[in-house]
Amino acid sequence: MEFVDYYKILGIKKDASVEDIKKAYRKLARKYHPDLNPNNKEANKQFQQINEANEVLSDPESRKKFDKYGKDWKHGEEYEKAQQSQRQSSGQRGREQSFGGSQGGDDFSDFFGSMFGGQSGGGRGGRQAKFRGQDFNAEVQLNLIDAYQTHQQTLSVNGKNIRITIPAGIENGQTIKIGGHGGPGVNGGPAGDLFISFSITNNTKFKREGDNLYSTVDLDLFTAVLGGEITIDTLSGKVKLKVPPETQNGTKVKLKGKGFPVYKKEGQFGDLLITYSIKIPTNLTEKQKELFLELSQS
Amino acid sequence: METGNLISAEEFCINHKIEISFISSLQEFGLVEVTTVKETSYIDADQLQKLEKILRLYYDLDINIEGIEAITHLLNRVNDMQDEIITLKNKLSLYEDNGV
Repeated sequence: MEFVDYYKILGIKKDASVEDIKKAYRKLARKYHPDLNPNNKEANKQFQQINEANEVLSDPESRKKFDKYGKDWKHGEEYEKAQQSQRQSSGQRGREQSFGGSQGGDDFSDFFGSMFGGQSGGGRGGRQAKFRGQDFNAEVQLNLIDAYQTHQQTLSVNGKNIRITIPAGIENGQTIKIGGHGGPGVNGGPAGDLFISFSITNNTKFKREGDNLYSTVDLDLFTAVLGGEITIDTLSGKVKLKVPPETQNGTKVKLKGKGFPVYKKEGQFGDLLITYSIKIPTNLTEKQKELFLELSQS
Repeated sequence: METGNLISAEEFCINHKIEISFISSLQEFGLVEVTTVKETSYIDADQLQKLEKILRLYYDLDINIEGIEAITHLLNRVNDMQDEIITLKNKLSLYEDNGV
């Protein structure tokens, strides 16, 4: 693990006073606190480091260890104790030595690992500090077809399976919050939240813009000129469409309610807007060419 | 009136070790809505998350209520803008896909 210089993180000198540490922490916490930086992973990460630096440096014992052992501060004292006990030849064999126990740095490290959400630095009547659990972020990949219908999906977040309902109409890039499914709180603090952002890939021929869908439909020249009936695909199935005579290339037709479901509004749908692309016939026979010539001269 | 979804403001304050006057100040600033039933103040459970966030800003970050009011307003704007960015990004990708 890379050495983290807590003084550097807080932007203070090694001889900084307790007051300096507090001031530096408050200043940085105001900048990077998750409540002030929603959905900002980078800020959340920095806040964790600031929190950890503050916890270590504002505790005289931990600070002393950190100053003495540097990067090995969590284990330095235990190492020294182990060395001492090896040197002692007294009859201590009956007692088991405990490394990384209640005094050990491992507990400390775990404590920081799960900590998130701000320290309640004595502001509320000297109660024991409660920490909100860490917020978790997850990304879910969906196909456009999946996002068309409300469905349930099981996610594995930090080894736990969470079954979530994904409402139809969810937008690409949208983030939903599952309250209380983040890391556990410390000292009775609330659990963090789980933020799931959705990345929707579109493998269909439809383009999506909000709740509306767009598609281009090829129309043969004869149907465009004379009119007729065509069958087109929509996300909810095939639809028959009347084409009026003399339909121009690029004509747009709106199919109301055949678009994408409106997020969290059951039964409401956007529109499907289709654009006709008229295809000019190729490989004409001599006879057909003659007919077109006749037509052009009429 | 039903108080099923309401939490007694006094109980909330005891649990969070804060003065009831703090809730009154937040109410004055329009940051929380307090419902009074038979002379007892209640907070809607839906507001709990918001209220706890305000407590963190006030006690942990030393931000006064005026500051919290301004932050709340700006965070709402940030949220709206983030939603707008998502919509615009998706719109832009439509044009990029079309090679325009």
